[in-house]
Amino acid sequence: MSAASVTADDFPPLPAPTFGHRVAVWWMILKTSLGERLVYRGDFALGTLMRFLPIITQIFLWYAVFDSIGDPEGDSAAEIGGFGFRDMVAYYLLTMIARAFSSMPGLASGIAQQIREGEVKRFLIQPIDLIAFLLITRVAHKLAYYAIAVAPFALVFFLARDYFVGGWPSLPVFLAFCGSLVMGFLIGFFLEATIGMIGFWFLEVSSLLFVIMLFSFFLSGHMFPLTMLPESVLTVVNWLPFKYLAYFPAAIFLEKIPEDELAMEMWIEAGWLVFFIILCRVAYARGVKRYSGFGG
Amino acid sequence: MEELRRYGRVFATFARNSLVRDMTFRLNFFLQCVSSLGWTAMNVGFYLIIFEHTGSIGEGTGWDRDRFFLFIATTWFINSLVQAFFMPNAQEFSEMIRTGGLDFALLKPIDTQFLISFRRVDWSQLSNFFAGGVIAAVSLWNLAHREVDPMVPSLLSVLLYVVFLLCGIFIMYSVMIALSATSVWLGRNQSLYNFWFYITNFSRYPMEIYNRGYLGKPLFGLFTFVIPILLVVNVPARILADPLVAREEGSGWYIVWAAVMTVFSLWASRWMFRKSLLSYRSASS
Repeated sequence: MSAASVTADDFPPLPAPTFGHRVAVWWMILKTSLGERLVYRGDFALGTLMRFLPIITQIFLWYAVFDSIGDPEGDSAAEIGGFGFRDMVAYYLLTMIARAFSSMPGLASGIAQQIREGEVKRFLIQPIDLIAFLLITRVAHKLAYYAIAVAPFALVFFLARDYFVGGWPSLPVFLAFCGSLVMGFLIGFFLEATIGMIGFWFLEVSSLLFVIMLFSFFLSGHMFPLTMLPESVLTVVNWLPFKYLAYFPAAIFLEKIPEDELAMEMWIEAGWLVFFIILCRVAYARGVKRYSGFGG
Repeated sequence: MEELRRYGRVFATFARNSLVRDMTFRLNFFLQCVSSLGWTAMNVGFYLIIFEHTGSIGEGTGWDRDRFFLFIATTWFINSLVQAFFMPNAQEFSEMIRTGGLDFALLKPIDTQFLISFRRVDWSQLSNFFAGGVIAAVSLWNLAHREVDPMVPSLLSVLLYVVFLLCGIFIMYSVMIALSATSVWLGRNQSLYNFWFYITNFSRYPMEIYNRGYLGKPLFGLFTFVIPILLVVNVPARILADPLVAREEGSGWYIVWAAVMTVFSLWASRWMFRKSLLSYRSASS
């Protein structure tokens, strides 16, 4: 049969993908994931607004706490760890923004699941890089999220504008804030992706993941400003990367980080980012070597 | 009486089945316990840090560290019991409405609300009950042995504490059943857990901290007199810990009100549950 005599020559090797091709692929991935995410927008916007509800409780709790140590408001207002009552509320609101960038729901467990179920072999065959693919889908998810969440966020921040006693920070500080958010997103991504890569070695990573999440929640400053910690603990926590996920951007915006230290701090954050990118790449490369895929 | 014993036996069977199911995956069960305890430890850490900086929650309320940790223990007792016994069932109820599985529950020769409410027990949540016990024991010991203003609760207050702890659980149960009954009308109620979390979030702190300002007073009123979730933890915790606010004139009325509201919310949630069943239209055929 003639059909059976097809030889390899009938399929000339594909030309090496140019940069333009790659961008086209990335763009397609981005568009698809955006479409996916925008399906349930109403539910989504309402859900985002509800997430601010616990902050109401926090406002009352902190007012009561500040009330018992001195004046919550006024000229001689009490401070805890360098934060006054209004700062504290502003801090919680800002960590919501920081977490909107740095939190990666389902990333690590998703990677581990793809490894376990063998889905990951598709990336070994297709000319698409797993990490790049995940990063672009994540960017798309985040963009879709911001597109919808911007309205509830703006509403809440407008209602709570009085809590920002310092007003808008200066332009350089604001730029540093934006930079720390973007780096926070990337650190969050590569940190979680690296944890997911552990799935190449252990089949079940959920418990490990939970422990890390717990630490990250506590030490990122999501629950309270890290400066409230006792001095000795704070020194250690300052050297950990978790603070970039929530505390750091908020502290920049509220100008709690001295301006002469800001540049240095940003460089340290960039250093952590590079570290996690390399760690993630190495873990992936090593993991793929161990990996064996079977069947279709 | 015979009827009551029958219900008791059915519940015992449910509880046993759930335990068998949980024990099938022992490691998973163990990890669930550990993760709940981890969450507890983190919260305790947070409050310990707060009390590094302040003597009490609120000026002149008397919620100092040891007393506030009794409050937290109370929260933990109530939440763990509600989450062990009612949470999995309420979630399943919403799902049954959506999938039409409620048909089978309606056909069984037993009270539907009973069947819906007790079918499943999440035993791993009880680990937090023990965590609450440890917190309570430590703070009671601290309270009795401290230099300034030591206190040992009387037998009466412990008895009343247990009674109002149960009242608190009944109120929480009513709110939960009422919430999940709304899924009959809404069709789908996936965010039930979130909504539950946001509402109960208010109950986790001493009620008087809300009672100020143009935002706080309406919230205080709403959650004390209409949806009484502020009474759930506050009333038993005040009985046991006896902070300054509990000695104010008229604060005894909250105890009476909590008793009244327990009966009322049980009745109201039962009424709402039955009402929602009337609007239930199976799924497909």
